[in-house]
Amino acid sequence: MNELRTDSGDTSTGTKTPARVTGIGRVLIAVYGVLALAATGRSFVQIVSKFDEAPVAYALSALAAVVYIVATIALINRGAAWYRVAWITIGFELLGVLVIGTLSLVDPELFPHDTVWSFYGRGYLFIPLVLPILGMWWLTRHAPARTARDGAAA
Amino acid sequence: MIEWFTYLQLGVAIIAGLLCLGLGIAGRKPTDLSMGATALVELLLIVQLVVAIVAPFTGNQATGSLLEFYTYLVSAILLPLAGAAWALIERSRWSTIILGVVCLSVAVMVYRMLQIWTVQGV
Repeated sequence: MNELRTDSGDTSTGTKTPARVTGIGRVLIAVYGVLALAATGRSFVQIVSKFDEAPVAYALSALAAVVYIVATIALINRGAAWYRVAWITIGFELLGVLVIGTLSLVDPELFPHDTVWSFYGRGYLFIPLVLPILGMWWLTRHAPARTARDGAAA
Repeated sequence: MIEWFTYLQLGVAIIAGLLCLGLGIAGRKPTDLSMGATALVELLLIVQLVVAIVAPFTGNQATGSLLEFYTYLVSAILLPLAGAAWALIERSRWSTIILGVVCLSVAVMVYRMLQIWTVQGV
């Protein structure tokens, strides 16, 4: 119970290959996973029960859900390619939450139906706004080039 | 949906979540305490599922969308299982924090479920 050395991460995986799945990154991934689940669940409900009402908003919800799932997977996997995917998906999320969030404030008529990103993710405790920023911060500190190159085989 | 039970469940999920977060920040690996708290949250969700299935037959109808309600409920039931599986595979303090995150997420979802069941008609 006294082994507190898991911070560095590598000791806990028992391998020498540096993974991004270390330390606080695990928490980030877990939160991404939860958000992916929440977004998927919501868009599932929206599409099944009332897609006709707002096809654009609900298609956007579904797209957001898929992007969250891909981001979660990209964060878990190692390698330069996945690293790039993580950047793209997380960047897309930040763009989405900023653009849709602003639009929903400026012109509420445009998005009468809630998406994950409406009002900067208000319906999700603003997690969609904070998470991409945390994700990017974390990615810059875990670039595969700086840690090692052997994960790039993926 | 039984309101007092749901509030009890909400309270348990929040306390379990804060407990696991606290233990995780203190550097504890998942123990019987944090795993037990998560298991209790899961158990209450199962009870909630049974209540949700039985309630309509006793005249206790949901005011909101049942589809939405069950999407939340099923997702909520999956979360502690996923968190616990993670905690068993990965025995580090971060798993304890993840258990906390999971329990707090369940709390949010239970609250949404309560809203869907009770105040949608307003």
